[in-house]
Amino acid sequence: MRFLVPLAAFLGLAVVLMLGLQRDPRALPSALIDRPLPVIDGPLLQDPGRRFDGAQLRGQVWLLNVWASWCGPCQEELPALNVLAARDRVPLYGLNYKDQRAPALALLARFGNPYLHSAVDADGRIGMDLGVQGVPETFVIDAAGRVRYRHLGPVNNEVWESKLMPVVKALR
Amino acid sequence: MTARRFVVIAWALLLARAAVAAPDLEAREARLAAQLRCVVCQNQTVAESNAPLAADMRRVIRTQLQEGRTDREVIDFFEQRYGAFVHYTPPFQATTWLLWIGPFAIAAIGLAVLLAVLRRRMAQHAHAPLTEAQRERARRLLDEESNP
Repeated sequence: MRFLVPLAAFLGLAVVLMLGLQRDPRALPSALIDRPLPVIDGPLLQDPGRRFDGAQLRGQVWLLNVWASWCGPCQEELPALNVLAARDRVPLYGLNYKDQRAPALALLARFGNPYLHSAVDADGRIGMDLGVQGVPETFVIDAAGRVRYRHLGPVNNEVWESKLMPVVKALR
Repeated sequence: MTARRFVVIAWALLLARAAVAAPDLEAREARLAAQLRCVVCQNQTVAESNAPLAADMRRVIRTQLQEGRTDREVIDFFEQRYGAFVHYTPPFQATTWLLWIGPFAIAAIGLAVLLAVLRRRMAQHAHAPLTEAQRERARRLLDEESNP
């Protein structure tokens, strides 16, 4: 009996700490959730004479995927994005983050371009406004132009079905 | 001649001012960078980290200070983008109060338990009468002490 109380306290603490170990410290909630998407003022990757215009996208739910040609996981997710965005008819736009034009275009030529447009963020300033920690990241934007969800890391079938699409469907 | 001298003096003054102002800005930049967390390598400050994002953040701090923003405004800029987590010392709020108070609360509970146990033990001993053998031993020890 004398040792039961400390033992129970120890076991309780051990369980709490074990649960803590299961959590991903990188999975931070975005500070932008439910706030308006910052202005994305960058030239279009495929058409540098024109600039990205987020205001035009009001009225629809869309995805913003932050990517770069130097980022391995971004290459991995391109095939999935190509298939899934077309299948579920979700407007998908890209933000080409701290990249160079030639390798970015080469990557899209090789794996296919899932984006309706990609805005160029050469110095990472737009990425900082979005609170980007590391590419790839995917944001769900609602019809009023607010950020509703952010996914850190590459998108695959499972992420698309279990995380992104439920948010998109609820907002539609 | 006087006009030229005036220009030279004005230049010297301007240079001197810039030289004084720059280290001041640098010190503020360093201080702010040490207060902000690098969100990529989470246990490092922006000042310590070699991550590209930390370098970008240092550059933004510098630009904003040069534009005349206050320290508070610079911190707020990053907090709006990365959340309260960007403070290397977390602010006291609904999600962090346990973190701040927890260790002191646990120490206080431990101290209270210790005091209660000690008090109970002392109370027990105060009322326990000595056996005859213990009394004899105590007497001998006291005698030894008074007659060395």
